[in-house]
Amino acid sequence: MELQAVLMAAGGGSRMTDLTYNTPKPMLPVGNKPLMWYPLNLLERVGFEEVIVITTKEVQKMMATDPKMKIDVKMKLDVVCIQEDGDMGTADALRHIQQKIKTDVLVVSCDLITDVALHEVVDLFRAHNATLAMLMSNAHEFTETVPGQKGKKKTAEQRDFVGVDQSGKRLLFMANEADLEDGLSIRKSIMRKHPRMHIKTGLVDAHLYCLKKAVVDFLADNKSISSIRGELVPYLVRKQFSKTTNSPKIKDDNLKQLLISSRDEPLLQLAQERSCWNDHRGDMSEAYHGGKLRCYVHIIDQGLCCRVNTLAAYIEANRLAPKLFEEPAVHPSAVISERCQMGSDSIIGALCQVADKTSIKRSTLGNSTTVKEKVKVTNSIIMHGVTIEEGCNIQGSVICSNAVIGRGADLKYCLVGNGQRIEPEGEVHSHKHTK
Amino acid sequence: MADSGVTDEPGTKDDVHRAKTEGKELSKEEKQRLRKEKKQQKKNKEKKDEKASHESEKKKNKEEKPVSAAAPASQPPTQPSTQKAVPAPAPVPVPVSETPALADKPAKTKADLKAERRARQEAERASKQAATSKPKAPPNELQPVVKRLPEHVQVDNPGVLKKLAKKLERQQTPGCNAATNAKIPLRLDYGYKVSLFSHLHQYSRKAPLTQQLSIPSTVIHPAIVRLGLQYSQGIVAGSNARSVALLHAFKQVIRDYTTPPNEELSRDLVNKLKPYISFLSQCRPLSASMGNAIKYIKKEISNIPSQCKEEEAKRKLLSCIDCYIDEKIILAAKAIAKSSIEKISNGDVILVYGCSSLVNHILCEAFEKNIKFRVIVVDSRPRLEGREALRRLVQRGISCTYVLISAVSYILPEVSKVFLGAHALLANGYVMSRVGTSQIALVAKAFNVPVLVCCETYKFCERVQTDSFVSNELDDPDDLIVTRKGKTQLEHWQDVPSLGLLNLVYDVTPPDFVDLVITDLGMIPCTSVPVVLRVKNVDQ
Repeated sequence: MELQAVLMAAGGGSRMTDLTYNTPKPMLPVGNKPLMWYPLNLLERVGFEEVIVITTKEVQKMMATDPKMKIDVKMKLDVVCIQEDGDMGTADALRHIQQKIKTDVLVVSCDLITDVALHEVVDLFRAHNATLAMLMSNAHEFTETVPGQKGKKKTAEQRDFVGVDQSGKRLLFMANEADLEDGLSIRKSIMRKHPRMHIKTGLVDAHLYCLKKAVVDFLADNKSISSIRGELVPYLVRKQFSKTTNSPKIKDDNLKQLLISSRDEPLLQLAQERSCWNDHRGDMSEAYHGGKLRCYVHIIDQGLCCRVNTLAAYIEANRLAPKLFEEPAVHPSAVISERCQMGSDSIIGALCQVADKTSIKRSTLGNSTTVKEKVKVTNSIIMHGVTIEEGCNIQGSVICSNAVIGRGADLKYCLVGNGQRIEPEGEVHSHKHTK
Repeated sequence: MADSGVTDEPGTKDDVHRAKTEGKELSKEEKQRLRKEKKQQKKNKEKKDEKASHESEKKKNKEEKPVSAAAPASQPPTQPSTQKAVPAPAPVPVPVSETPALADKPAKTKADLKAERRARQEAERASKQAATSKPKAPPNELQPVVKRLPEHVQVDNPGVLKKLAKKLERQQTPGCNAATNAKIPLRLDYGYKVSLFSHLHQYSRKAPLTQQLSIPSTVIHPAIVRLGLQYSQGIVAGSNARSVALLHAFKQVIRDYTTPPNEELSRDLVNKLKPYISFLSQCRPLSASMGNAIKYIKKEISNIPSQCKEEEAKRKLLSCIDCYIDEKIILAAKAIAKSSIEKISNGDVILVYGCSSLVNHILCEAFEKNIKFRVIVVDSRPRLEGREALRRLVQRGISCTYVLISAVSYILPEVSKVFLGAHALLANGYVMSRVGTSQIALVAKAFNVPVLVCCETYKFCERVQTDSFVSNELDDPDDLIVTRKGKTQLEHWQDVPSLGLLNLVYDVTPPDFVDLVITDLGMIPCTSVPVVLRVKNVDQ
């Protein structure tokens, strides 16, 4: 076996609590499919037959009842439940399932929606015998107004500084703005080996990592690392150029474990020696500068790659995700009256009932939603089981499951929480109506 | 054949007469006639492939009309192959009845003679069919015993391509799920191929074969997928490196192999290796050294006695592989270095081309022995492998000069010897090496500079080639595109219909330009290669 897939679905969605306080993040509907269906579908399309899913008991229960998950996902899902208290980081979760990991591992986060050709990332991992290969994408700015936000608020996201070499494939430097106090300092050893480095800040980390099995074993012994993205990846990137890794006598036992060499190492060395290939030129050192630890990144410019971890991302995803698949926009079991104006970019879920004289543009309607007459829904996301009474006007909003919007309500850029009721003739602007 | 009988109608009587007197001559003429008929058949077949079969039927019907008497009433189907088969059984009973008729010759009717002739022709054709192999492509027509052209140099023949696709489909690794119809994907050619080389494959590096494979590759062992990727991206390049990497991957395959129940390791493992080898040859055509290594391994596997336990068999195979690498590559390099150092003297100026691992090894060893010499490294686009050779030599402390191949005639007056590496040595003494080598050898000959080729014996191959067109490798044409001062002139070369980019990898050097071949068996002239091959075969 070459690679084992691990799906991390235990995250809490800490940056979109309005949506996740009732529904766990992996089961949030995006284009009427649960969020975790997207990475699972990606893995299935590429050819995986088994996935280890790390999640909470609540999500496991919901997965068992959700029709989409049961029917569409043909792979064998090995669900591992962990506690919900949120103390476990992604690396801790990986440590938890260390016994199940027998080969190199592909870690995917449940909130990744992408149509990237996965073989590009895995080819980097295979061809260069890398320790880590990851996926990143050139981010786009979200232009839609986020409901519940008064005025345009600039997101105070900490920037990530990513340094790549000239070919754009080798990862040389990775740091988060929060970790850099005064400025960005780059070690001389890196500059000597790679004099030309491109530092990028606008990249979105897709949280898709190919890791060698030795890394998982290393994690088992180093319990201080708790997050893959936050701690493990920067550690590995730093250790590429560390003196201790490149000297013949490796004193640090931890590193020794990381650099576990395969059997027939001398044969591999012989092949590399006799090969007339070098990954860089201009200095006197051999291929890869003799370094055994290598980290690679694949950066995509085109195509869809978004991580649904904020409200803005959620809305963007709802708009873009349906384009990935060729399912009909209107579910066959939905009942739509003829005098309804429906835009072509709207999605209607199963068992919906849409009455006359309604207008639904650029919106998503969840399963079992009832929309009465004379309702105008624009640019909104309506989740499952919502009832919208007559004469409502909903614009740019997110209505969570089982909410009821009273007659004649006017909602603009709102977020209505789970099971909430909006009073008839209510006017709500830019407000989060949650419990 | 029915139609052939018609064309030869006028000469029938004469031939039959001659048959009684000189049996040999008739058969020779008949052979010629048969050849002509075959050619006509081929033409008909080709025409049929393009036009509707209806037209060819008409033609054949016309030819068959006069020969209605003995020919069976059934209009034979359009396929000439079946045409052969259908009349064949029909006249077979005829000669039996007619052989007594042959005895009394003069009193014979026209139809009888015709039938007799046809019967004889069919009988001879049947016997010849049994003796010779199937005729393949038009060039093979002229010889009765045809030699098969390898598939990788028949890319412009659609029939061969279809056959290759079918063969890849059939090569499924046993034991995989019945549900997953696993097969080796077929890599598609890329871009416009120059017409002289349209019979070779041309792949693009940006379209790796892994695109069509599932990601946790179950069909092909992961070590082989990794190797294929490294070949196609050029990370493992160079004859020796490729062979060593191949054997390393095979070691991993053997380690992970388990004999399925009711199967023998000696037979099953060889079958398991076949799809891997096709996969690798799709990634990059196999080199002669790799071919020899594969032959060796297959022989070793088949020689495993059936009562041998699996663990022991695996251990034996692994040690065989180690042995092979030690003997044929490492020790051979040492032996060649030892012989070559005798040829390098103080004050020499040695010219090398590209990056040959063996030549670099020799020069480093000679430098260790404190011989004072300097090296001129000649390099060529698009690979620019000389830079790597330059780096390795300068790192050791050897003083080097670096020129491009366009300057070789300017620099040759300074040179005292030329050392070349080889990709393979062919049975007629030709040296197959990186493109540009024959040019260097030619210029060196013009300047009377001795040319020494260093090659291990495991690279000797039984193929015979006198030019670089027949069998070669086409690399990615996009490698020729270069960006200078921000401008990429050839960026849209595919839009220009009359423009083709050719990126050849190998060329052959005739033995007249090579003065000495240094092998681990000693220093031999180029023409002794067949002797070495013969000795090797006897050994095995």
